[in-house]
Amino acid sequence: MAKAKITFEDINQTVNVPAGTRIIEISEKIGAGIIYGCREGDCGTCMTHVIEGWNNLTEPSVLEEKVLRENMANRHDRLACQAQILGDCKVKPA
Amino acid sequence: MGQGPQDATGNPGAVEIAPGVHWIGALDPSLRTFDIILRTANGTTYNAFLIRGDAGVAVVDTVKLEFADEFFRRLESVADYSEVRVIVLNHLEPDHSGALPELMRRAPQARLYISTRATSMLKAVLKPKDSDRPFEYETVGTGDEVSLGNRTLRFLHTPFLHWPDTQCTYLVEDGVLFSGDVFGCHYCDSRLYNDRVGDFRFSFDYYYAHIMRPFKAHVMDALKLIEPLRLMMIAPTHGPILRDRPRRYVTHYRELSTSSLVDQIDNEERSLVVFYMSAYGSTARMAEAIRAGAEEEAGVRVSLYDLEGGETEPFVDLIEEANALAFGSPTINGDAVKPVWDLLSSLAVVNLKGKLGAAFGSYGWSGEAVRMIEDRMRGLKMRVPVAGLRLKLIPTDEELAECRVFGRKLAAALVGGEQGRVIDFSELG
Repeated sequence: MAKAKITFEDINQTVNVPAGTRIIEISEKIGAGIIYGCREGDCGTCMTHVIEGWNNLTEPSVLEEKVLRENMANRHDRLACQAQILGDCKVKPA
Repeated sequence: MGQGPQDATGNPGAVEIAPGVHWIGALDPSLRTFDIILRTANGTTYNAFLIRGDAGVAVVDTVKLEFADEFFRRLESVADYSEVRVIVLNHLEPDHSGALPELMRRAPQARLYISTRATSMLKAVLKPKDSDRPFEYETVGTGDEVSLGNRTLRFLHTPFLHWPDTQCTYLVEDGVLFSGDVFGCHYCDSRLYNDRVGDFRFSFDYYYAHIMRPFKAHVMDALKLIEPLRLMMIAPTHGPILRDRPRRYVTHYRELSTSSLVDQIDNEERSLVVFYMSAYGSTARMAEAIRAGAEEEAGVRVSLYDLEGGETEPFVDLIEEANALAFGSPTINGDAVKPVWDLLSSLAVVNLKGKLGAAFGSYGWSGEAVRMIEDRMRGLKMRVPVAGLRLKLIPTDEELAECRVFGRKLAAALVGGEQGRVIDFSELG
């Protein structure tokens, strides 16, 4: 299975994950500073800033785009509960 | 249902708390349990406020739905709905937003101001039907202002106190902070002001401990915005209005949110607390060996506690301050023992995110407890860096050596031995 590395800048830790894993599946276990609400792409609480590897995440869905817009997301912000990791990237809490 | 302060004719009226600023909330003296988790011996108040400027009226917060009539009567005693230009909701929880839909219906020209994080909650709380007129609202953040002519409302973005949507609103010219649930408490006294009500300190601290404590870091962020303000009065959404020396409540919040160990433990040092229960001493011996192993790692302060010898509450305090926790439990009838679950189900009041966790225990034939404790810790957003250690019945010397290695590994993870290392997904459990 294809692997990818995701680095959580706030805790300086990198995890080697199977491609397709959602950010939340790792950030939660490793204790990164991203916070969570509904975990289903609705509340916008888990907004995450992608520092590197923006293109190595799955495209945001229409619904995610809507939630990001409602929560005044900046460029390169994603929802940790929605974005799936396809290649190496580095993130931090938004 | 309480009517609260009454005017000369015996009708509940608004109370002017500053020139042109009225309390229009409701008293709920018969409430005994709030939000399932909080008890109150004399009820609570739902504080809402009306501010009159020369270019219109603002309403800050509303009340729980059951108290809407009381709220509207008070509002009507000091303003006409047609004058309301601004409605501010500092927090969307139903005890403050209950009368909002009706208020918006009665004052359709008013514009609603909520925090940037409140949008999705607004829809979920109000559950508009397709046939409803769409809600008109504006989201605001720190520094945004709304003018009422000669008066200005300035917003402070203070999320997670205690919901993602929470904010404070500052009446600039008068130095009044409408703080939402921050600085509030469930205490019902129709005398309203902190210098006139009964001694409410226990309610204030109890409210902080259950509502704000899990969000201490966010409290500190909010205090950075609040402390520089000129504060003549703090008007929270529950409990007394703090007009007498309001700043001391701000100072008290800072004290409550500061780690009590901050001056006592070397900042470089990390703490590991080991809790255990033991039936025949085997899990206790494991705990001692784990402590000995962890102590071999420089920079880790280890403490060991037998759950049999203490109460849950002080243990929760220890857990809040600890960097890593290890729980030892024997397996009895396929489960961890009750004192362990009692402690692990009492941690909603503290922030555990990012703490390290570990589980161990002796067992007779099946040994489920260790895995169950690990799952619980992960559920509490702790990370379990070292797989749990289970030993069958009485530990041998070799097995105790294994316990020491387990302790050392846990301590190494704690002092950052893993920093920079690439962790594999499978290690995360």
